[in-house]
Amino acid sequence: MTDTATPEVQPKKKGLTRRQKRSVSRGVQYAVFVAAVIVFAVSADWDRLQNQFAQADIAERMFPDVITLALKNTVLYTVTGFAVGLALGMVIALMRLSSVGPYRWLAGIYIEIFRGLPALLIFIFIGVAVPLAFPGTEIIGGTYGKVALALGLVAAAYMAETIRAGIQAVPKGQMEAARSLGFSPARAMISIIIPQAFRIILPPLTNELVLLFKDSSLVLFLGVTLEERELSKYGRDLASQTANSTPILVAGLCYLLVTIPLGFVVRRMEAKAQEAVK
Amino acid sequence: MSRPEIEVRALHKSFGANEVLRGIDLEIGRGEVVCVIGPSGSGKSTLLRCVNLLEEPTKGQVFVGGTELTDPDVDIDAVRRRIGMVFQQFNLFPHLTVTENLTLPQRRVLRRDKAAAAKVAAENLARVGLSEKAAAYPSSLSGGQQQRVAIARALAMGPEVMLFDEPTSALDPELVGDVLAVMRMLADEGMTMMVVTHEMTFAREVADRVVFMDGGVIVEDGVPEQVIGNPRHDRTRHFLSRLLDPAMAEVEEGTSDQVGKAD
Repeated sequence: MTDTATPEVQPKKKGLTRRQKRSVSRGVQYAVFVAAVIVFAVSADWDRLQNQFAQADIAERMFPDVITLALKNTVLYTVTGFAVGLALGMVIALMRLSSVGPYRWLAGIYIEIFRGLPALLIFIFIGVAVPLAFPGTEIIGGTYGKVALALGLVAAAYMAETIRAGIQAVPKGQMEAARSLGFSPARAMISIIIPQAFRIILPPLTNELVLLFKDSSLVLFLGVTLEERELSKYGRDLASQTANSTPILVAGLCYLLVTIPLGFVVRRMEAKAQEAVK
Repeated sequence: MSRPEIEVRALHKSFGANEVLRGIDLEIGRGEVVCVIGPSGSGKSTLLRCVNLLEEPTKGQVFVGGTELTDPDVDIDAVRRRIGMVFQQFNLFPHLTVTENLTLPQRRVLRRDKAAAAKVAAENLARVGLSEKAAAYPSSLSGGQQQRVAIARALAMGPEVMLFDEPTSALDPELVGDVLAVMRMLADEGMTMMVVTHEMTFAREVADRVVFMDGGVIVEDGVPEQVIGNPRHDRTRHFLSRLLDPAMAEVEEGTSDQVGKAD
């Protein structure tokens, strides 16, 4: 190709330039947003909303029980369910990675079944079917044991898949290095692979914790005593007592009280782990 | 002569239909340093990985220190404690500090107590010249430093044999020297070493023997002056000329997809 002295003539585009198009597009997006806010603010009946959801005296009457009883139970159900799920999920994940065929199949079947069923059905199953099928058996811990088991069974299926993915995400060289140092496969798994896998799966595991936190509301299908009520049940009971929805709003805020800080903590941990592994 | 430290007999290894090793016989004496060279795909890394059974041989036997590793009843974890291995990609444990990388295997595998493991770790870090990095995480080290830590980690287990799988191939050129210096020190101390490498200078100066592999067999085996300095086989000569002076290589039939275009 030869260089020519005359500069090439840029073809003139018809209509708007790229820059003009971009500013028009941004303007439209802001306009839609502002319009939506205005419509919402004007059309909602604020007085009735406040009357129904934000009665200060009703909210006041909920304290301290909403924290010391309801939130405490919600946390307790979630933590025990998470512990059961984590332990069971770990076992199932290792079975899924086993070289023994039947273990793999069994784990696969478990995961498919418990991931496919609504958590509600599992609660009903634990609450109704198990006592019917095995009369006289008592799940240890009463309601608390049943909730831990039901939440754990559901969570285990999800966690097993997460843990398996985490283990497989650890580079193959790590296992080779451990084996070449004389670690047995089991010891290499426990000392080297699983600690690294957990760093990788910390965010999805916490996500699972948040899901369980919300699923713990299903405990009401097991039939609970007054002392065993958690946030949702407590809020609903109070709402029907007072014929006002304020307790629902307060219960909802209590959930956020836990889930939002949890999100912060996880992001901090992620950043720290990133720093160490980077 | 006493029994060789490493002995490989009629070793075959296939991955599916792909036969990577086609009958290898090799003996390495105590204190001997043997460099294995050869083009990529020649099976040299696979051979090394068969020596500590990271790869299961398809056929043949491997002995280290008189113990047959290929015996299905042998306690492979016990034998591996006597064989140190250094990888191309270092494979340090990223979730542990440098010191913990050295102490954890001693404590879990050798059951040494905390104080003894820490002492051995400190000694070996000093040997590779990285005492000041004891508390650092691997990610904060350069490749050369990581590889020296990996060597120290293997040494902390008190191995009788060290295997090196292309230990400098993943390093920036200016960092290769530090790692080779540590390996040279080990060789001078009388460690039995099997080194898969492309570092011809190292092979020439440090190795007692050089083994040239191609196509899954040992083509040439002898002292460095002979194998590198005056190779008897065409394949060795050809490989060395390409390695020592890559710019002078000519385009060959079948070596590249772009043969047709290159002319």
